[in-house]
Amino acid sequence: MNFFYLRRKFYNILALTVSLLSAGFGIFFLFWILKDVISFGLPALNGSFFTELPAPPGAEGGGVAHAILGTFFVTVVATAIGVPSGILAGTYLSEYGRKSKTASTVRFLSDILVSAPSIVIGVFVYAVLVKPFGGFSAIAGAVALSIIMLPVIVRTAEEVLKLVPDATREAALALGAPHWKVTVQVVYRGARRGITTGVLLAVARVSGETAPLLFTSFNNSFWNFKMTEPTATLTVTIFNYALGPYEDWHTKAWGAAFLITASVLVLTVLARLLVTRRSAG
Amino acid sequence: MNNKINIKNLNFYYGEKQALKNVNLIVREKEITALIGPSGCGKTTFLRCLNRMHDLYPGNRYEGEIILDGRNILEKGLDLIKLRSKVGMVFQKPTPFPMSIYENIAFGLKLLGFKKKKEITERVEKALKDSALWDEIKDRMGEHALSLSGGQQQRLCIARAVAVEPEVILMDEPCSALDPVATAKIEDLMTDLKKNYTVVIVTHNMQQAARVSEYTGFFMMGEVIEFDYTQKIFTAPSNKLTEDYITGRFG
Amino acid sequence: MAFFERHKADKIGDAVFRGVSYFFAVLVVVLMLFIFAVLFKESLPSIRKFGLKFLTSAAWDPVQLEFGALPAIYGTIVSSIIAIVIAVPISLGIAIFLTEMAPKGLRGPIGTAIELLASIPSIIYGMWGLFVFAPFLSDHIEPWIIDHLGFIPIFNGAPLGIGMLPAGFILSIMIIPFISSVSREIFQMVPPIMKESGYGVGATKWEVIRKVVIPYTRSGLMGAVILGLGRALGETMAVTFVIGNSHEISKALLDPATSISATLANEFTEAVDPVYLSSLVELGLILFVITFIVLVFSKLLIGGFSYKGGRP
Repeated sequence: MNFFYLRRKFYNILALTVSLLSAGFGIFFLFWILKDVISFGLPALNGSFFTELPAPPGAEGGGVAHAILGTFFVTVVATAIGVPSGILAGTYLSEYGRKSKTASTVRFLSDILVSAPSIVIGVFVYAVLVKPFGGFSAIAGAVALSIIMLPVIVRTAEEVLKLVPDATREAALALGAPHWKVTVQVVYRGARRGITTGVLLAVARVSGETAPLLFTSFNNSFWNFKMTEPTATLTVTIFNYALGPYEDWHTKAWGAAFLITASVLVLTVLARLLVTRRSAG
Repeated sequence: MNNKINIKNLNFYYGEKQALKNVNLIVREKEITALIGPSGCGKTTFLRCLNRMHDLYPGNRYEGEIILDGRNILEKGLDLIKLRSKVGMVFQKPTPFPMSIYENIAFGLKLLGFKKKKEITERVEKALKDSALWDEIKDRMGEHALSLSGGQQQRLCIARAVAVEPEVILMDEPCSALDPVATAKIEDLMTDLKKNYTVVIVTHNMQQAARVSEYTGFFMMGEVIEFDYTQKIFTAPSNKLTEDYITGRFG
Repeated sequence: MAFFERHKADKIGDAVFRGVSYFFAVLVVVLMLFIFAVLFKESLPSIRKFGLKFLTSAAWDPVQLEFGALPAIYGTIVSSIIAIVIAVPISLGIAIFLTEMAPKGLRGPIGTAIELLASIPSIIYGMWGLFVFAPFLSDHIEPWIIDHLGFIPIFNGAPLGIGMLPAGFILSIMIIPFISSVSREIFQMVPPIMKESGYGVGATKWEVIRKVVIPYTRSGLMGAVILGLGRALGETMAVTFVIGNSHEISKALLDPATSISATLANEFTEAVDPVYLSSLVELGLILFVITFIVLVFSKLLIGGFSYKGGRP
């Protein structure tokens, strides 16, 4: 009896120690990465990093201003395409489709599309928007990102719209409001904060994407303000610079890595703050 | 006293399941009609037939007639939006819209086509006075409706329903989520409302039915067991089941 | 007041709004089918030329235009399996630590930190793997592995710091935050009363975890793991930097290899010949099909879990 008891206690301590160690191991690596991104990335940031175009290959100096602008540009256009479509599709799921066959099919496929390999989305957009039109373009990159964004927005929009109680919808309908006004003026309003959170998270997710941009918006060493021209982005710049031969490129890649990580984390934290403020108030 | 709503042989089905059986009932104009009965008896289901709230969910089916001012509201092609602006509703729990107090009431007015700010403000003020809320909140019109107490929220919902000047107001256990003080205020309000409106109220509180209504219908298992003057129902019911329920032998 | 006109406008508004939202909902379905169709159509030249041999051939010769998907499929699957084997125990450790062991005050901050880490772009993991972890491996870890475990074929090879094993390891670090935050949520769904009844009969903490928490959440956990596998299979950036891009299949896990996503990332923009390009698109199609199957599977498992959880 006593022996069994001791053995059970021993196993308990052993198992808990193993789980503690594995947790420690995982967390150690994650913080190691963060530490390196900060310690290699931060020194790379200076005035010209943010304001200048790249120096010729091999030469020191210059910056990645064109890629910062490009990332901003492509992400904004992707958001402009993905967010309204996603919210409308989510509206269908929560306000009209509900338990219908169409709605469950859309839900199922959205959940799969959320985790679909982003590089395949890049190949797809290449086939429909790059190849037929004879060249890489910013708009192709934006479309690729919006496809990645779409299912994320669809599912979050549905979730947060469903949080508005049915009684509130009924109360508005009982006043004689048409269905669409109930949705736009009452339901959207009640879900505004949740939708904002979802949009921020989706933007955070796509602004760190690289793979779908490699063969859509491609790259560019100069400023680009045209939707139909290839454009540089921070992530693709990291990819090219990190695999390139020059020390200065590697430094720039770390700087860009820091910048993109910081932006993604800021967006994510902002989104989380919105959520906590909602549950508090 | 005129008949406002005349319900003839009403059957209602949630999909396959029959929830109302052959209901016949008359709602008199500018009076309060109370519907009582054990939970699941169909009183709320019945109430929601009167503004066709069931149409929101697929698979629901009506049979029979509900004649409102001489017109059968169950007929096909009836304009539900028009029906609902004529028959307002107040729900079990307060349902403030996610906007300011002022906007909550202005919402319905804007639907009716009011555009002038001054006109809207006047009507909002009148609705709030009618629902005895004005003195408590006249300085807080811009605040979010959720900042009000539960009882105030419910009176806001009544004000919102009243503002669009419907003819009938349906109330589905409007006091079930409220404390006794707030309940008393709403009951006073109901007695005021019947000067201008026809009111149908579902309640699980028999004292409340006895206090506020002129007519009472007793529902059980989807059927109307007895419908009569409230006074008669509570003092000399003609049906044994009604008597058992009133005296608390089941329920 | 023009009641009737406004009224008509409302009716039209209803129909339009419903129609538009329906259109965008169906767009998701159409998009999925369209992706399949386009990838298939673009793969046709390669499918015609190589047929099923594409799946079993290890040839990869852009000059002779001979292509086979085997090394890329092999690399995709093996690197993902390595990632899962490393990530699952560690993620479960983190989830157990966060839900059952950590002091109350630490649970929130560490949980949030893990979720934030899940949002870090994958290219950061890949780049860190190339610049920091690969040199560290080749200087300190791999020589030791080769000296002491080299007699096992899979642990032999060149101490380059890049290859199948490093790629799998970086992948595992990338999916750890993901799997642990999902499993943490699943663990939190276990009703406290279930755990309390375990403790009530005198079980130790570990016994409650093993006999109550894990059995109760089994299908959900499986779903989370397979979802993680789906991520790993489709991941590009964390792999491309460190896998070594070699179309040779090697038994040794330390040797360079390639994966479908790495091949696409490296070669797609350089492929000028239509057959070369089409072979790459077919690789993409294969990846899409593999992940589709895995994700459907995980969805069914997780769906089954929440259904079971809904019963009393």
